[in-house]
This record gives sequence, structure tokens and C-alpha cells, in this order.
Amino acid sequence: MVPMERWNDLYGGFHPASAPDFLPTPQLRDLQLRRLQAVVHRAYKNVALFRDRMRERNLAPADVRDLADIARLPFMEKSDLRDTYPFGLFASDMSEIVRLHASSGTTGKPIVVAYTREDLDVWAEVIVRTFAACGVHRGDIVQNAYGYGLFTGGLGLHAGAEALGATVIPISGGNTERQIMVMKDFGVTTLCCTPSYCLHIIERAEEMGIDVRALPLRVGIFGAEPWGQQMREHIEARAGIKAYDIYGLSEIIGPGVASEGASQDGLFVFEDHFYPEIVDPATGEPLPDGAEGELVLTTLSKKAMPVIRYRTHDITAFATTPSPCGRTLRRIRRISHRTDDMFIIRGVNVFPSQVESALLAVEGTLPHYQIVLTRSKGLDQMEIHVEVTSEVFSDKISELESLQQRLANAVEHTLGLRVHVRLVEPQTLERSAGKARRVVDMREQKTDRQPAGGT
Amino acid sequence: MTIQQLSLFLENKPQQLRVPIHVLAEANINILAMSLADTQEFGVLRLIVRDVAQARAVLERAGCVVNVSEVMAIKVPDHPGGLDTVMATLEQAGLNIEYVYSFSSQCAGTAVLAFRFEDPQRARQALETHHVDVVSRLDDFA
Repeated sequence: MVPMERWNDLYGGFHPASAPDFLPTPQLRDLQLRRLQAVVHRAYKNVALFRDRMRERNLAPADVRDLADIARLPFMEKSDLRDTYPFGLFASDMSEIVRLHASSGTTGKPIVVAYTREDLDVWAEVIVRTFAACGVHRGDIVQNAYGYGLFTGGLGLHAGAEALGATVIPISGGNTERQIMVMKDFGVTTLCCTPSYCLHIIERAEEMGIDVRALPLRVGIFGAEPWGQQMREHIEARAGIKAYDIYGLSEIIGPGVASEGASQDGLFVFEDHFYPEIVDPATGEPLPDGAEGELVLTTLSKKAMPVIRYRTHDITAFATTPSPCGRTLRRIRRISHRTDDMFIIRGVNVFPSQVESALLAVEGTLPHYQIVLTRSKGLDQMEIHVEVTSEVFSDKISELESLQQRLANAVEHTLGLRVHVRLVEPQTLERSAGKARRVVDMREQKTDRQPAGGT
Repeated sequence: MTIQQLSLFLENKPQQLRVPIHVLAEANINILAMSLADTQEFGVLRLIVRDVAQARAVLERAGCVVNVSEVMAIKVPDHPGGLDTVMATLEQAGLNIEYVYSFSSQCAGTAVLAFRFEDPQRARQALETHHVDVVSRLDDFA
């Protein structure tokens, strides 16, 4: 008889920490209600923005009597985090906060998130459950190529992999040749990174004459950007691995909000910690199970920065059939598009409006522009096409080249991403009657999903 | 003293050069001088025509980005050493050349080159001081 602590050693899929994945639904809902009431009380008491919005609605924490009452509570938005920068949404004293993370973006106010010791424990727990669901166990050698630092990906996966008992290589991102050397020489079995970076590693390995399929690598844990079925099949075939989709966002905790399991048919939301809702993006009204809408998340256990009904702008739907593995957690369909025009490139969130303000700063007026996203050898490229108008058209080639460079520098300064600026002739970028098509995403052209760019 | 020049922005795509050339052909406008400067991604086409206003109008109607700037049309003896002599004078006058290209026909037996100077004002004064032979009117051409 194997002691419970060693269950996960023998085969993946179950770990003692995964027990809440299998809670009978009535008990799960009861747990959620008690935690929801506690977090609403805590946020009401400590977070001015939430308290003010509750009062505007003549609501008090005691009004949350069953789970359906969550629909009466006010929403939160990304702008709330920006407006309260840096610490305005914290519910704990700074002496209790042991970690701060922030979103990427080199200028403007980043989003700051905070963790108490207990929050870090919850975070590690949901990552353990993520690994377990994906068949990763003690004895696996985990290469963590998510970025370590302010970004939540690196340290988030790290703590969970360590808690699982796996052997963790905190390699972070970049230096692809070294990644491949480590993968080969250390006998890595599990790779954690963005799916596009995995593709890049595969391409580079092939160039180096290394067949990734012949390596011990068997699992990939991929997230931080949307990716479709075709890309999954491509990665699984060329790397000889199972490629799993994970989902998270820093505002909620980081990675670890939801994860696929062995059956790869939807992502289990760790809803004992993060309560999910699907709402109509236009009206905010809850939608019935199975209907497609915007994912809204409420943190049920976080202490330092509780977040109530956070609008993710991600479009998805709840699965309506039970999962073969027996998990009772609700599953969401893989995220393929958003309500806004944000897109993700190399793991970095980009809003076209950020590109616009950079272009505006250089020229003084906003030119007609289009962002074109392509993928070459697994590496995402962002090119900005800018129409040349007679105002900026200089007869001097050197001035045009200098303009090109200044535009590229301005965008790079704002986003922290290298971009290429291509000057194009006027009237060559499509105009539309309604909102201009700012982003053309050609990265996954033949997939079944819609492009990540907005209309 | 100066001559007007049209410059157009062209993307480096196949057949892009044909567009303005065809537009001018349709409008029955003769090109007196032209030059195409290129980078990897785009080019700047410079043209000298008699009726600048008309040319600009038809080109802009066709969707081109057009700029009008000024160049100096300098007569150059059409034999070996002709240009060298002119350039010695320009050098003496301390003038920096941004670009230069030639007219397709002669003017009263000499070649003519269109010069764009870094400092057009200074160039104007210097050319007068040094008695450089400048073509001021396109009507002087054949």
C-alpha cells in the first residue's frame, strides 16, 4: 500500500493536493460560498474602491447569502489597478506582504500585485495541481523557461514545481542554444514556457541537428499567450510530447488559475480558489452554462490583494459534460479571443492604443497604421506599417530612414519589444466604415480559431 | 534661379515605379530629368517636368505622396573634365551636395545637371558669386 504522500510518485494525474479537484459539487459550492462571504467582508473592510462601489449600490457584505448573489456585486477592471497604483487595492498591511510582482511594460504604470505568505502557499498549491493534472510528478526534471523576475510566470511555476518535489531548472527565458543544451544534457522531461518559444526551441534544435523526439522530454506546460489546436498538434508531433494549455493572469494570481488535464478537452478552473463566471460582455449579465461570454474571476482565498468579479476580457464558455478523469471542477474552453483589441506577442500584452501613443509622440499626428504579426522560425515578429503622408514625406532618404527609426524606437520604448517599422504608400492600408482593423495576425493562419487581433 | 522638382515616395514592390510613370504618360507630361534613390524597403523618385502644378495634381489624384522641392540646374560642359571643373568651383565655394542627376537633353549644347545642395540659400549666393552657369527657366531647354 503506497503512503498517500507518495501517490504522485508512481504516476501523474493525482497528488494529495489535487483532492479539491474531486470535491462533490454540493460541498464545493458550500466551500465557495463561505469563502466568497469571507473575501467580500475582507475587501469591504480594507479596500476603499470596493467599499465605495458597494455603497453606491446600497450593498453590504451581509447581502451575499448564496452564490447567485455574486451577480449583484460590482465588477473590477484593469484600469482599477492602474488608477490605484501602486498599492491602493491591498487588503493587508505591508509587513504581511512578502512578494510583489508587476506586469511587463517599460513605461507607464504597470499593474502591481501582492502576496502574503498564505497567498504564496495557495499559488504553489494550484501549480502543484496543474502539474499533477498534466501528469508531471516527483522524479520529473522540469525546465522552467518562463521569465523570472517581476513577471509572475517564472517564480509561479518554480514554487509549484518545487512543492511537487520535481527537479527544477530555473533557466528563465532566452539563450535558446543553452536551453537546448540543458534540455539534452540534463535529461529534461518537462518544459514550461510560452508555446511560441517552444516552437522556437524546436526549430533551433532541428537546425543544430538535434531530434527533440529522441530526448526524454514528454510534457509541455504552455501558457501566457493564446494558441490553437493546429499549433498544439504541430508541437506534439515535432517534439514528441503532450502539450498542455494553462491559463492565468497576474491580477488573479499569475499562472495557476486553470489548467488542462490528460484528456485535453478544456481547462479545469481551480474554482475553490478562483470563482469563475461567464457574462455577456456588453451587459455584464450572467450567461447560462455552455454559452460563450466574457470570463469574470473572483479570488476566494487571496489575502493581500483580493479581487472581486474581475473582467478578464477573455472570451470562453463552460463545458457542459462531465470530465472522464472525475474532476468536478468546471472547465472552460481554450481562450482564443478577447473582447478588446489586446494581443499577445512573445508573452507580452500589447494594446494597439499603446502603439498609437508612441506613433503620435513622434509625428505629432496619428498616421494611418496597421500592426502585422507574423511568425518566422517559431519567433513572433511585430511589424508596424505606417502610411507616409505629404506632411512627413521628406525628399531626403536619410530623413525618412530617421523617421522609421524614431517610430521604431518610440514603440520599443513603450512596449519593451523590438519592432520593425515599414513605411507604406498612402491609401494602401484598409479603411473601414467602422473601427479600423488595427491588427493583422498572421501567426496561425490555418487554424480553426479566430485571430487574436481585434476588428 | 532654382527649378522645382517633384519627389514621390514609392514602396519597394514590383511595378510600383510604373504607376507614376504611367500617370504622367496618360497626362501627356514629359519628364525632363529623373532619378530613383532606393533603400531596401522604399525609394524616392525625383522628377523634373515643365508643368509642376499639373503633374502634382494628376499624381496626387492617383494616390501618390508628392513633395515639391527646389534644385539648381547647372550647365556642365559635355566633355571629359567638364563636371570636374564645375565641382572644383562648388568645392571652393564650400557647398555640400545632397544629390545630383542629369537632364535627358542638352541645353544649348551643354549638359545640365540638377543639384540639390545642403544649404540652398548659401548655394544660390555662392553660384552667383562664382558666376556658375545656371539654367533658370525650363523653357531654355529644347
